[in-house]
Amino acid sequence: MKQIPWARIAVSIFFIGLLATPATMRWRLAQRTLAAHTTLDRQAALARHGFYLEEVSHTAGIDFVHEAPTLDAKLNPIMPEVASMGASVSIVDFDRDGWPDIYVTNSKEGSKNHLYRNMHDGTFKDVAKELGVADVNQPGTGVSMGAVWGDYDNDGYEDLFLIKWGRPELFHNDHGHGFTRVSEQAGLPPWINANTAVWFDYDGDGLLDLFVGGYYSEDVDLWHLKNTRMMPDSFEYAKNGGRKYLFHNLGNGKFEEVSAKVGINSRRWALAASAADLRGTGHPDLFVANDYGVSELYLNDGKRFHEAGQQTGVGFAPKSGMNVAFGDILNDGHLAVYVSNISENGALIQGNNLWVPKEGTPANTISFENLARDMGVELGGWSFGAQFGDLNNDGTLDLYLTNGYVSLDRTRSYWYDFTKIAGGNSAIIGDAKDWPAMDGRSLSGYQQKHVWLNDGAGRFVDVAQAVGATDTYDGRAVALADLWNRGVLDVLVANQRGPLLLYKNTVTPANHWIEFDLRGVESNRSAIGANVELAWNDQKQIQEVSGGSGFSAQNDRRLHFGLGKDVQLKGAVIRWPSGKLQKLDSLVPDRLYTIEEPQ
Amino acid sequence: MSQPTTQSKTPSAESTSSPLFRGWTPVSSRLNPYLPPIFITLILLIGHLSFGILESYQKTILAIVSAMACELVLSRLLLHRWPNLASSYITGISVGILLRSPGYWPYVVCALLSITSKYVLRVNGRHLFNPSNFGICAMLFLASDAVATLSIQWGNNLVAMTVIWVLGSLIIWRARRFHICATYVASFLLLSVVRAWITGDPWLSEVSPITGPEYQLFIFFMITDPKTTVRSKIGQSLVAFLVALAEMFFRLEQSIYAPLYALFFVGPTALAFEMWINSRRSLAATPQAVVHTNPVQP
Repeated sequence: MKQIPWARIAVSIFFIGLLATPATMRWRLAQRTLAAHTTLDRQAALARHGFYLEEVSHTAGIDFVHEAPTLDAKLNPIMPEVASMGASVSIVDFDRDGWPDIYVTNSKEGSKNHLYRNMHDGTFKDVAKELGVADVNQPGTGVSMGAVWGDYDNDGYEDLFLIKWGRPELFHNDHGHGFTRVSEQAGLPPWINANTAVWFDYDGDGLLDLFVGGYYSEDVDLWHLKNTRMMPDSFEYAKNGGRKYLFHNLGNGKFEEVSAKVGINSRRWALAASAADLRGTGHPDLFVANDYGVSELYLNDGKRFHEAGQQTGVGFAPKSGMNVAFGDILNDGHLAVYVSNISENGALIQGNNLWVPKEGTPANTISFENLARDMGVELGGWSFGAQFGDLNNDGTLDLYLTNGYVSLDRTRSYWYDFTKIAGGNSAIIGDAKDWPAMDGRSLSGYQQKHVWLNDGAGRFVDVAQAVGATDTYDGRAVALADLWNRGVLDVLVANQRGPLLLYKNTVTPANHWIEFDLRGVESNRSAIGANVELAWNDQKQIQEVSGGSGFSAQNDRRLHFGLGKDVQLKGAVIRWPSGKLQKLDSLVPDRLYTIEEPQ
Repeated sequence: MSQPTTQSKTPSAESTSSPLFRGWTPVSSRLNPYLPPIFITLILLIGHLSFGILESYQKTILAIVSAMACELVLSRLLLHRWPNLASSYITGISVGILLRSPGYWPYVVCALLSITSKYVLRVNGRHLFNPSNFGICAMLFLASDAVATLSIQWGNNLVAMTVIWVLGSLIIWRARRFHICATYVASFLLLSVVRAWITGDPWLSEVSPITGPEYQLFIFFMITDPKTTVRSKIGQSLVAFLVALAEMFFRLEQSIYAPLYALFFVGPTALAFEMWINSRRSLAATPQAVVHTNPVQP
């Protein structure tokens, strides 16, 4: 009698089980993201998630549509891909009236940037032209890529640094009544192809310094190319990008470029940068997310920077970094870093990074682990700008991510050709003429956005569709601000070749909040770098005033804390950039506190 | 008249008897089984230490350990003997290099699928699929939302690329399998002209993929695997051409993983065809011959 081959049968069943595993994993993921695919029901969203968003840009008087640049005709076959950035949004109270205003960039040659003054009645009015910061994209001077605001001369009014592919511009804010261009007097170089800049006081002298990260090499004029060898020489190891600049503020309206002197030497393709005191040393560290390569983390000892990307774990795997946002997501007094990358089913799965400091590592040996997958914020499509903020005031920081690269023909994709060239040798990938023509095809276009709610227990859940973030434009920049002083964070999204979206937030009144508007005296007036640790109930959370974060964006400088229900505020500690500590007691919720640095 | 195929009683070593080192036997026969794993480990280490090609050490180690553990268990279970783990090490390391996923589970599942396929998908005592090619293709078919493959350069300079190609070619030459690689590369380049003509894309964009590391692994470790290639030299060259031809059609359909898919379909088909031809010849020569149907019995 023939023996039944039980072992072979068991192995065959095991094999079939292995083949079925991906389907099981996909089903589990689908169950987890079910909320992401429901439609908006305001009351249900309010009851279930504690908030909902309504896109109100038109009724608020904002009808801005971004226009992309038209670069040298040699780039025509891949123009949509090359001219794919420039939409940005930054929040500033430029006239110090206590209401956040909005600055938004345009990128077509001759197009106008807009400065939307908050009219206090739910609407905004564009005053860029009359104040002199509209006509900044004139042919021959390059076009805008972003803007960051900081009071470099400590006169109490936020000044404007305009990030460009072209001539960088510094505008002095004349007490809210107008702006004066001071680029030459400040000592800025004639041309930088940059996509990121950040104000911070790296040496603690009370004056804001400025980091600018080059993308294309500064000797490339994208409108008059000498040749087409201006593309990255690698998809993941490129080092032929623009140089980095650190402009040290001399205090007399002039800046000295000191990057090499203080240890910043890189020609990676920087797309996003932000600064924060990640180690509690009192000195802001600088995090740079690079396209076509690894991220860089410059640890600051107060005088010099030491690049520690590999050492700290954040600069190990090369990806396509496009965002830097900081947030105390675990309410443990430590800042995590969110870096966005590319994920496209069936083509490229980089996954976004959520760098969380490892527990128990002392300041000098800080290291991070990527918890994006564990916490559910890993896959975000072709991700761009993201910001942390407590959108439902429940006491934990949520994450808003926009995405989508080039949305053209919905039925035809450029992905195959993109991967074909991206894997090639530098001699091929580095030359634009070798790239296949896009021919109207999309590249990760029409993507759904992500609004990840922090459940406070180590998981984020995507509720974008359920709370009303339903657009599918090619998102670039995200900025958060309490635009109408209601104690909630509204969301602004700048889209490439698309409208500026204003998502007005409605939050359940059961949840409380508190906000801080900090003003430095010995420290820089903008209080950039000031850190607030707030304690309530059994929670504590830190937030830091930023001079630019996300992708081509800047949140409101005012710090917003959600507190949840039944709040017992214990107090706050402000650590000013000067090193002073200030304790605040007797705080009550649902108030905006304006705090000046004590003398 | 060609000889009938030698029946293997053991699941193949993806490269334990890799072509890369066959010609080296006179030099050091004792080291021979270990040279392929050493060679691929060197490629991994040089690639990673120079350019950081790995997503993480943990994922690569996970793939290697999973593959070796699976080989160990299945060999004991089905063959009742301790296996040489060199081949499963190579399978694991190939999965670790070629697979890209932010998650950990795809590395485990892919490694297990690769090894298990050797024991399950067998005809007349031979497994038809190159193990890592099967595992990676299965993951790409079934889990495209979770995985991709390596699609980047190793250092992106011509010198590094040339060194790898020259070294690999020399070794393959000594192993008497250079004709497979040469046929494939020549076919790819020839067909790249055809593709460029059809699509209107720059010719260099069609050549671009073969300059990347995925193809170096594909050419040196997958299409030359002796356990999953046909026996005759002409047949091997013909199959290499057919792989390139099938790849062209996949590429014209804009399939990102065209070479892997081409080998996935052409390789087993060619093997099955060869078996069919050989069985007919055997039957014609010795009609009373018994076909060995249960090769995994010791």
